Amino acid sequence: MSEQSAALHEPWPSLERQREAVSFGVWTFLASEVLFFGALFLSYAVYRNLYPQAFTIAARQTDIFYGALNTAILLTSSLTMVVASRSAKESFRRMTLWCLAATTMLGLAFLVCKGFEYRDDILKGLIPGPNFPLHPAETQIFWTFYWVATGIHAVHLIIGIGIVSTAAVRLYRGRLPINASAFAGIALYWHLVDIIWIILLPLLYLIGRAS
Amino acid sequence: MNLAGNTTLRLWIGPGAVWVALLLLLAATVGVAYLPLGIFNTIISLIIAAVKVTLVMVFFMELQSSSALIRLAALAGMFWLILLFSLTAGDYLTRQ
Repeated sequence: MSEQSAALHEPWPSLERQREAVSFGVWTFLASEVLFFGALFLSYAVYRNLYPQAFTIAARQTDIFYGALNTAILLTSSLTMVVASRSAKESFRRMTLWCLAATTMLGLAFLVCKGFEYRDDILKGLIPGPNFPLHPAETQIFWTFYWVATGIHAVHLIIGIGIVSTAAVRLYRGRLPINASAFAGIALYWHLVDIIWIILLPLLYLIGRAS
Repeated sequence: MNLAGNTTLRLWIGPGAVWVALLLLLAATVGVAYLPLGIFNTIISLIIAAVKVTLVMVFFMELQSSSALIRLAALAGMFWLILLFSLTAGDYLTRQ
């Protein structure tokens, strides 16, 4: 009973209703995120349709090894996040802590790989502006999209890492009850960040490889 | 203890299968990218991405066991996204 009341907040009559409200609230927020990234993907589609040749030339310069590796890392982090959220729901405290820690580490691993990739991109001079190494000039549109999209995605991931690790620490210290509905909400956000990357993979890394 | 161990192992089975499917799709999409298929390279890679997104939404984000309210909230974002893309495509793809 005390476990139940620690996790339950005003004005919800039951944990079940509270969980429903958390999911509804987070999904509503995610809908706004979908439109935010949707506008970004739309601008990509418009410019790729206008300059298909330039986009193919530009995309050949992205590093598919890092792109694929980071996708695998994020997909695995989504697996540990699902298990964290489900074991929290069933009050398996140890498993929840381990899975939250694994999710945090995988998120950090993604950022480390992205850092190495950014370093290579910068060394190749792939920053839009004067003396851009690729031609035609429209290749810079692709690379602007690359920096903006991956940058904003990384910001989202950093926020996700912050939230997941904070939840883990609070659970460890007993500030957050194991059956708190927060875990389900955090998981939803984490999966969205994964989804954004799943969509970025074909847009950034998989075009122009065969020819 | 042993029983608890088995119970926590059970939590991995369903999501683990989805994870294996996602990694196989990742391998497939990277492999297909190197085949010279012309326009179909893009089409196939986008279809595979859509399948992966659907798997994540249905199983990881638990839409399969969610209430109608939650499913509607999830679809609302998609609905506006479709409007955004179709109205813009209606302009750019019909210009002379």
